[in-house]
Amino acid sequence: MSGYSVTEPSKRQKWFAGLLVITYALVTLMPLLWIIATGFKSPEDAISYPPKVLFEPSLEGYVNLFTTRTRITEGMKEGLQPPANWYEQIVRDSGTVIAGPSRYGQRFLNSVIIGFGSTFLAIFFGTLAAYAFSRFKVPLKDDLLFFILSTRMMPPIAVAIPMFLMFRQLGLNDTHLGMILLYTAVNLSLSVWLLKGFIDEIPLEYEEAALIDGYTRFQAFYKVVLPQAATGIASTAIFCLIFAWNEYAFAVLLTSGSAQTAPPFIPTIIGVGGQDWPAVAAGATIFLIPVMIFTILLRKHLLRGITFGAVRK
Amino acid sequence: MAQIIIKNLRKDFGDFTAVQSSSFTIEDGEFFMLLGPSGCGKTTTLRMIAGLELPTSGEIFIDGEEVSQKPASQRDIAFVFQMFALYPHLNVRQNISYPLKSQRMPSAQIKTKVAEVARVLGIEDILNKPVGGLSGGDRQRVALGRAIVRDPKAFLMDEPLGALDAEFREHMSQELRALHDRMGATTVYVTHDQLEAMQMGDKIVVMNHGSVEQFGVPQQIYDWPATLFVADFIGSPQMNLLPFNATVAEGDTSVALSGHHFEIPRLRQAASGDLIFGVRPEHVTLDQSSAFRGNVTAVEYLGTTQIITLETPNGMVKARVAAAQTVKTGQDIGLGFTARTITIFDVSTGAALLSDANREVLDHG
Repeated sequence: MSGYSVTEPSKRQKWFAGLLVITYALVTLMPLLWIIATGFKSPEDAISYPPKVLFEPSLEGYVNLFTTRTRITEGMKEGLQPPANWYEQIVRDSGTVIAGPSRYGQRFLNSVIIGFGSTFLAIFFGTLAAYAFSRFKVPLKDDLLFFILSTRMMPPIAVAIPMFLMFRQLGLNDTHLGMILLYTAVNLSLSVWLLKGFIDEIPLEYEEAALIDGYTRFQAFYKVVLPQAATGIASTAIFCLIFAWNEYAFAVLLTSGSAQTAPPFIPTIIGVGGQDWPAVAAGATIFLIPVMIFTILLRKHLLRGITFGAVRK
Repeated sequence: MAQIIIKNLRKDFGDFTAVQSSSFTIEDGEFFMLLGPSGCGKTTTLRMIAGLELPTSGEIFIDGEEVSQKPASQRDIAFVFQMFALYPHLNVRQNISYPLKSQRMPSAQIKTKVAEVARVLGIEDILNKPVGGLSGGDRQRVALGRAIVRDPKAFLMDEPLGALDAEFREHMSQELRALHDRMGATTVYVTHDQLEAMQMGDKIVVMNHGSVEQFGVPQQIYDWPATLFVADFIGSPQMNLLPFNATVAEGDTSVALSGHHFEIPRLRQAASGDLIFGVRPEHVTLDQSSAFRGNVTAVEYLGTTQIITLETPNGMVKARVAAAQTVKTGQDIGLGFTARTITIFDVSTGAALLSDANREVLDHG
C-alpha cells in the first residue's frame, strides 16, 4: 500500500520527532555527561573558566577518591623511593603521597548492602501482601490499602526526629539493619500498590487451573502467579532500588560511621584537601553504575511496567 | 470415570443466593449439559463440583465419595476454562504435562502420555511452541489435552467454545463430542447456548435464578417443557405462548382460544384463571378452513423451511412451514395446531399442567 495513511507519519514528521528526541536526550544527558567528564579532568581543568570541553584526561580524581594523601615538600621528595606504580605517580606529581585508602569503598559497599537488601525485602513482603489483597477477602481491605498508601502522603523526612529517637533507643543507629528496615518500610507502600495492580491483571483462571491440576494454593502462587508477575516485580524493584540508592536525608541523619551510605559520603570529599571536584565527580560516576546496570538488565520490563494497565492483552 | 450426584446444593454470596437446593444425577460416561441464561447459577454449580467454590450447604458425590468440602486438588477432576487458561509462561508440551508433574510422574512416562494425547488431538506438530501464538482452536485443543492427559474422574467445561468464532465453534463442538464418545468420560458442560446443549448433550439441566427448572434428555425437554421459562428458553424460534383465561378440569381434552376450540392431550390436573397455550412453531399449521385467523406480519425464508409471523386474537404466533408454501405479508390465514403436542401452562405457578402426553416426562423430573 502506498500514498496517504493515517497511522504512518510522513518523512517530515519523522524527522521532526527525531530532532525532538535528540534535543530532549541532550538536555537530560548533559549533567550526566558533565559529571562523567569532570571525573576525568585534572583539578585545574575542572574549575577553569571558561569551562573546558576538550581536556587532557586524567585519573587523578579517581585516585584521590580512593585514597587519603599527605602533602610533601620539595625537600622530602628527594628522600622518597621512586613511585612503585601508576597511581603513586599521579599522586606524587601533585605533590602528595598516599597515606592510606579512603572510606569510599566501604561506603559504596554499604550502599549496595542497604540498597539491594531493602529492595529485596520490600519486594518480598510487597508481593505477598499484594497477592493477599488481590485474591483474598481481607477484612477492611480498602481501609488497610488506604492506610498503606497514606504513609506516602507526607515527606518521609517529616518523621526524621521521631525516627532518630526511636533508632537510638533500639540501637539501630548507624547499623545496616536499621537502614534496611527504614528503606523497606518507606518502599513497602509503593511496592504493595504497584504489585497489587500487576497481580490484579493476572486472570484468576491460571491459579484455578493449577489448583485443579493438583497443586496447592501456595504452589499455584509461586509456580503460576509469580512467573507472570515477573514484569511487575522487576519494575517495582527498580523503583524501590532507585529510592533506597539515592536517599540522602535519612542517611545523613541516621548514619555516620560503619553503616554510612555513599550519598552522604560523597560531599564530605570536598572538605578533604581543598575542593576536589574531580574526586566528587568520580564518586558520583561510580555510584551511578549499579543502578544503571540493574535498570539496563530489567529495562524490557520497566517499559512495560510504566505503561501497564494502558493496554489490555 | 464416575457418576456425579448433586444433592440439595446451595451457594450464597452474602445476601445473594447463586444456587438454591439443586439436585440431579450425572450418570457415568454421560455428556451432561448445564444450560441457562447468564447469572442463573450454572457456572457456580460447576465450580462447586470442581472445588473452586465451596457450597454453603448440600452434598456432592463423585464416584460415591462425598467431596463438597474438599479442595479442588483432591477431587481428581479436570476443568476446561472458557478462556482456556493455558499457562502463558510454558509451552504446549509443558502445559499438557503440568498436571502429571504435580503427581510426580517420572518424566519418561510423562513424555509417553503427552505424545499419546497429542496424537489423539492432532497437535503433535505444535508441542514445542509457546502458547502465546496459537490460534483459538489450537488453544482449545491444548486445554483439552491438559484435561485428558491424566485420566480424571470427570471433565468439567465452562463454556469451552464461547471464545471461538461461530464458524469454528461448529467444528470444535463436533470434535469435542467425538472425543467424548471415544473416551466415554463423564463430562459436565456449561453453556448458555440452547442449540449447543441440544446438539451435544446426552442430558440437560435447565437452570434459572439459581434453581433447576428441568432435567432430562434434550428431546423430552424440547417437546415437554416443565415450566414457562424452559418453553421460552429452549427452541429457536421459541415455543408460541398464547395467553387465555379459562377454567380447565381434570380429563378435559380441549380448550377454547377466543371462542375457538382446540384439541389438547387429556389433562390430568385442574386449573383456572390465566393460562397459557404452548405450541412449537413446527406444530402450527396453515389451515384455510380454520376459524382461528391470523394476519401475516413477516415472512423469514430459511431455505428448507420458512418462519411465518402472524398476529392472532391471542397474540403473536410463529409458524414453521415448508418453504414451498406461498405466504404473503398482510395475508389473512386460518391456523391449526397439532393436538398431541400442546402443553398448557398455569401462569400463577409458571408450571406446565400434567397431561397424558407429558406425564411420563414430568413425573420423574
